[in-house]
Amino acid sequence: MTDFDVRRFTKWVGGHGAAIGYGYHAHGDDWAELALPYAEQLVGDPDSGVIASGPIIALMDMAASLGIWAKLGTFKPIATLDLRVDYLRPATPGRTVIGRGECYRLTRSIAFVRGQAHDGDAADPIAHIAGTYMFLEPKA
Amino acid sequence: MTLPPYADLLGVTIEQADDTAPPVLVMPFADDVLGRPGFLHGGAISGLLEMAAIAALQHALEAEGGGRIKPVTVTVDFMRGGRDKPTRASGVVTRLGTRVANVEATAWQDSPDAPIAAARMNYLLVRG
Repeated sequence: MTDFDVRRFTKWVGGHGAAIGYGYHAHGDDWAELALPYAEQLVGDPDSGVIASGPIIALMDMAASLGIWAKLGTFKPIATLDLRVDYLRPATPGRTVIGRGECYRLTRSIAFVRGQAHDGDAADPIAHIAGTYMFLEPKA
Repeated sequence: MTLPPYADLLGVTIEQADDTAPPVLVMPFADDVLGRPGFLHGGAISGLLEMAAIAALQHALEAEGGGRIKPVTVTVDFMRGGRDKPTRASGVVTRLGTRVANVEATAWQDSPDAPIAAARMNYLLVRG
């Protein structure tokens, strides 16, 4: 069980998270979901209205971080080592994107994450991610 | 070359562009690109890297008649925290095929020799 309050923590989102507009959606013991509503300013391809991949990376980076803190049960400073995103299909313009980050392994120094993003149907994802994060102070 | 609306949100502009080299993009340090206090958001850095990669790819494609691009994968390595100063990025097209392009983009603050992040990206091409 986790003592880390994902919902409350997500309310403090400022900076780039506030600028692109993601917010809390759901969480569990080792995962968290954020919702990113469609917005004109996120568009990467004006011809089609499809949002850029940058906001998806930002969304998934934060969802994965929340998944790590959920599994840890507390907040600890982390830094993203690497993050890979596979774009399975373009997000449908107008739809809210849900990003889910799951921490499937914790070591003393590293957290391993995986996740998916979808725009309404979790069985038809728009992106898949895998990443590693490093604890800025080694895990006790 | 015009940048998409997401570039405006990031504050990204084209700093240096000529016909012989891929453009250099610059992103000022601002509240809208902050992650943890005092540092850039990894997503904002990734967004800048993506813009630099697309700019480099469009630059290379235009020389061959243009075309549309679709991102397939992106892998970002974060090497240093992004501090309170402008961040620059540029991309290099390592292979421009008929259907696939491989692009590497690097972001730096103090010097291109000390990158804060780098990305490898694969794009599907739809030739014009």
